[in-house]
Amino acid sequence: MERQSPLFRLFLHVAALLLAAVILTPLVWLFVMSISPAADLAAKPLKWWPAAMDFSRYATLLSTTENSAGAAFMASLRNSLIVAGMATLAAIALAVPAGWAVSRTPSVGWSLSVVIATYMLPPVALAVPLYMALSNFGLLNSVFGLALVYLTILAPFTTWLMKSGFDGIPREIEQAAVIDGASLWQTLRIITLPLAMPVVATSALFAFLLGWDEFFYALLFTSDQRAKTLTVAIADLAGGRVSDYGLIATAGVLAALPPVVVGLVMQRALISGLTSGGVKG
Amino acid sequence: MSGTWITTRAWLLMLPLLIVMVAVIGWPLADTVQLSFTDAKLVGTSGSYVGFDNYVRLVSGNAFGRTLFTTTFFAVVVVTTEMVFGVLAALLLNQQFYGRTLLRALLILPWALPTVVNATLWRLIYNPEYGALNAALTQLGILDSYRSWLGEPGTALTALIVADCWKNFPLVAMIALAALQAVPRDVIAASYVDGASAFSRFRFVTLPYLAGPLMVALVLRTIEAFKVFDIVWVMTRGGPANSTRTMSILVYQEAFSFQRAGSGASLALIVTLIITVLAIAYGTAVKKVAGSAT
Repeated sequence: MERQSPLFRLFLHVAALLLAAVILTPLVWLFVMSISPAADLAAKPLKWWPAAMDFSRYATLLSTTENSAGAAFMASLRNSLIVAGMATLAAIALAVPAGWAVSRTPSVGWSLSVVIATYMLPPVALAVPLYMALSNFGLLNSVFGLALVYLTILAPFTTWLMKSGFDGIPREIEQAAVIDGASLWQTLRIITLPLAMPVVATSALFAFLLGWDEFFYALLFTSDQRAKTLTVAIADLAGGRVSDYGLIATAGVLAALPPVVVGLVMQRALISGLTSGGVKG
Repeated sequence: MSGTWITTRAWLLMLPLLIVMVAVIGWPLADTVQLSFTDAKLVGTSGSYVGFDNYVRLVSGNAFGRTLFTTTFFAVVVVTTEMVFGVLAALLLNQQFYGRTLLRALLILPWALPTVVNATLWRLIYNPEYGALNAALTQLGILDSYRSWLGEPGTALTALIVADCWKNFPLVAMIALAALQAVPRDVIAASYVDGASAFSRFRFVTLPYLAGPLMVALVLRTIEAFKVFDIVWVMTRGGPANSTRTMSILVYQEAFSFQRAGSGASLALIVTLIITVLAIAYGTAVKKVAGSAT
């Protein structure tokens, strides 16, 4: 498109290296901490690279020996998977019909705008009544209660994504099928839903990442291994009297691994989902 | 098929979502409004009606003003920095250079890192005894002795801001990059033919395509920055000496640490009101920018 002068090319590469360093340095350090012997991390001057890599903390956290640090970590890992998974399934089940309805019937669109506007609500504005209600129903410290609460965040978001997804599927295809004698249900099942599967998958992925990331409600509504999620477990570790910082870093690496892998593998889909609303305005 | 049936069918399909939303958002919000006029405690007493007492007491207390200032300061600095660095990164990634694809892929990493892990990571970096920041600055000769970055009121908020910007500027960059890629190549080619300078090319060709998406990013990030809780809670819990206490932390303390559900609810509603006003003001601006840009 344009010819770059040598000086400009040099500037671009220096800036690119700088950006890469800014992004990678903290992440690499998190990993180095997780494999450095505790003595190295407490040394002055600090040792930036371990003489011998020590992966034992990963084994510690991923063990299921009873009453160990690993057991607590594995329980929170399982809770995070269950809560984020259940909330995602429920959010998608609500979002697919609602998203389709709004996409094909603009006159009901205002109700989706109201649902999306709840994004502005700080969770603290709902926290006290939700706490009291969960307590009344015996759903405090329960994965089901927490998953239900997560719908406050996941359901509006997935409905919005599904609506934009259905907008991209021409309604003429549906009309053609109806003219050919298909019932509405057949049309949706045979024509529309298969075409919408990529959007369903992206929405589900986003929803799962949101649930995996959630901290505020989990902090308030869970108290022990029966429901405590990974984010709360890590905050406990970071705020507690753990003397081995490497162990905290290891827990961080393990918690970050699923979203980071998803982010790298699904990059294209995630970015188009992230930006579709933004670019369309 | 008649129009009324299509509308009815649409409402039926929306119904499950609307029921759940009323149950988990609508009803709790209404209950928060009702609670805010009482002196209810979190457990036990349901409290009695006290009118606007909670609101008056909170707004006239000195914690409120200071916390509002801290939150606003945090939001303004964080959002401005993220927008500037995000757009600069996007402009860079829109150029041709070796390793561009890899760098674009790396951009997603801070965004994908869970907020709590990010906060924990930076807490370790800032550690007063063994932290990497202290070690690096001392070994480079910039610092004489280790400092407690999160333990001193003078540096704690800045330390938080750095951690938040690092995680969130890639989101702005990704949105801006997608917008840049939507600029038609022939328009740019035409600007070269017309002899436009690099600056006027950015100002009159690129910026109009960026303005709409950037406004949306600005609105989203401002709302999130105003609601901020996770990163503050994990890194400082609002301390030291309340120097990093944001509105959400203050509500948490009021409602859950001190168990004053009534005044906690009032405070939460004040925060909601501020965010709503901000969002409406921004929304108007977005419409204006989007209208003039295209």
